[in-house]
Amino acid sequence: MVCQRCKKQTATVHLTDLVKGEKREKHLCEQCAAHEGVTVKQHISINDVLNSFLMSQTGVQQLAQLKCPDCGMSFVEFRSQGLLGCPRDYDVFGEVLNGMIERAQDGHTQHAGKAPGQSKVVDPRQQKRLRLHRELREAIENEKYELAAQLRDQLAELDAQ
Amino acid sequence: MTLDELARSTGEWLATGGPLSDVVISSRIRLARNVADQPFLSRASREQRTEIERTLFEAVAACNFGQSTFYIDVDKSDPLDRQLLVERHLISRQHADAEGSRGVAIASSETFALMINEEDHLRIQVMRRGLNLDEAWEETTRVDSALESLVDFAYHQRYGYLTACPTNVGTGLRVSVMLHLPALKLTGEMEKVFRAAKDMRLAVRGLFGEGTDALGDFFQVSNQVTLGENEEDILSAFKANVIPSVVKYEQEARRVLQKDQLAILDDKIWRAFGLLQNARTMSTEEALYLLSHLRMGVVLKRVQNVNLDAINELFLAIQSAHLQKRQGTKLDGEHRSILRAQLIRDCLARATTNKN
Repeated sequence: MVCQRCKKQTATVHLTDLVKGEKREKHLCEQCAAHEGVTVKQHISINDVLNSFLMSQTGVQQLAQLKCPDCGMSFVEFRSQGLLGCPRDYDVFGEVLNGMIERAQDGHTQHAGKAPGQSKVVDPRQQKRLRLHRELREAIENEKYELAAQLRDQLAELDAQ
Repeated sequence: MTLDELARSTGEWLATGGPLSDVVISSRIRLARNVADQPFLSRASREQRTEIERTLFEAVAACNFGQSTFYIDVDKSDPLDRQLLVERHLISRQHADAEGSRGVAIASSETFALMINEEDHLRIQVMRRGLNLDEAWEETTRVDSALESLVDFAYHQRYGYLTACPTNVGTGLRVSVMLHLPALKLTGEMEKVFRAAKDMRLAVRGLFGEGTDALGDFFQVSNQVTLGENEEDILSAFKANVIPSVVKYEQEARRVLQKDQLAILDDKIWRAFGLLQNARTMSTEEALYLLSHLRMGVVLKRVQNVNLDAINELFLAIQSAHLQKRQGTKLDGEHRSILRAQLIRDCLARATTNKN
């Protein structure tokens, strides 16, 4: 195949671009590819392939601008450390993250297991114990030792029941 | 319960007995959870970290788990104590080495340990001896539900329970079964296990999880997919397919070794026994390697008069922090090797009856 640009050399670089949902193919020789800003590396790591694949999906600029308004985590930062910054990132990084999840999770993108509240333990004593623990800590922090002693007794009483 | 007492006991997951215990050492279940209105730890300030620890610590203290728990402030702990917890698989190496507010609540029977502020805010870990995933799951979900009635966990309609790393999202469930596979190692057939595991989207790791070698022929098989399948399905795949097939490979390899290469097998076992009974210095790696062969000899009844409990106990007791805790002082590598060899000799002398 001859290079589409110079129409002389043999095309060795084959590109497929998605532009507005339309597939466009390009076949170029190495010089013309370099001229068009495509660099051809001799050894390409899997990571680079994945990265370039991700970048080509949404566009580099768009991805670079993705940043969570809550925690300030940017997509680039997430990619380099592999950990998200807060629950909202799952929505902020939207479809790109969804694609990554799909690959990591064997094609799944929808939770199918346990959900909160399905098996809530109804134990009012537990709620009370939590409240007492909290009040006890606050009492100690504020040096209200008399109150703390009372709360400790109440806790012991509750545990003994 | 104190850490000194801990250092002298075996721990639930290494105790003898339990289903398929000639091959399956232990079953572990881990759930990852995060407090809903807080950032994940990579973005949490020092104050937020402390607040998360406090929220979870108080919830743990308020829950009735049917047994007492004790809490260890990992941040304020001595490095040796942290190492001890890692050796007992109660906390991860990552948790031990991290910085900032963090801790672990341990059930007095060591059947569960709740890591606070590891990679996620909360990691519920439940352990059982042998293949016993039903009981482990029952306790896991009980602990999870009890805590969930006091703390809101980050949950997403589509992705389920949200985790700092998207590879844990959904159920947040990691099932790990620890297997002792000396015969497959000897016959060079571990490849079989790796291939089967890969087909089933499972990971095979060494004794101490990610990035560790398979010391003493112990391997940990765990699921990688956490999203899109419910907890029961993930567990039943382990119970019905994964573990039985690996156990069958190992048992077949043991049978073949006994049938075709008995002298070579016995040589391995008795050399190990001889070294363990007589050596004057020994590294952890060598001890694990030899104890693995001796364990196989005892399980296959090639060695008849050694108590299996003693061997299981040694797998923990020979490790560096356990040795030093027992001795009550810090020791350099050379002294640890001497003490380790002595401990093994003493322990085997006590555990051996004069019948052979």
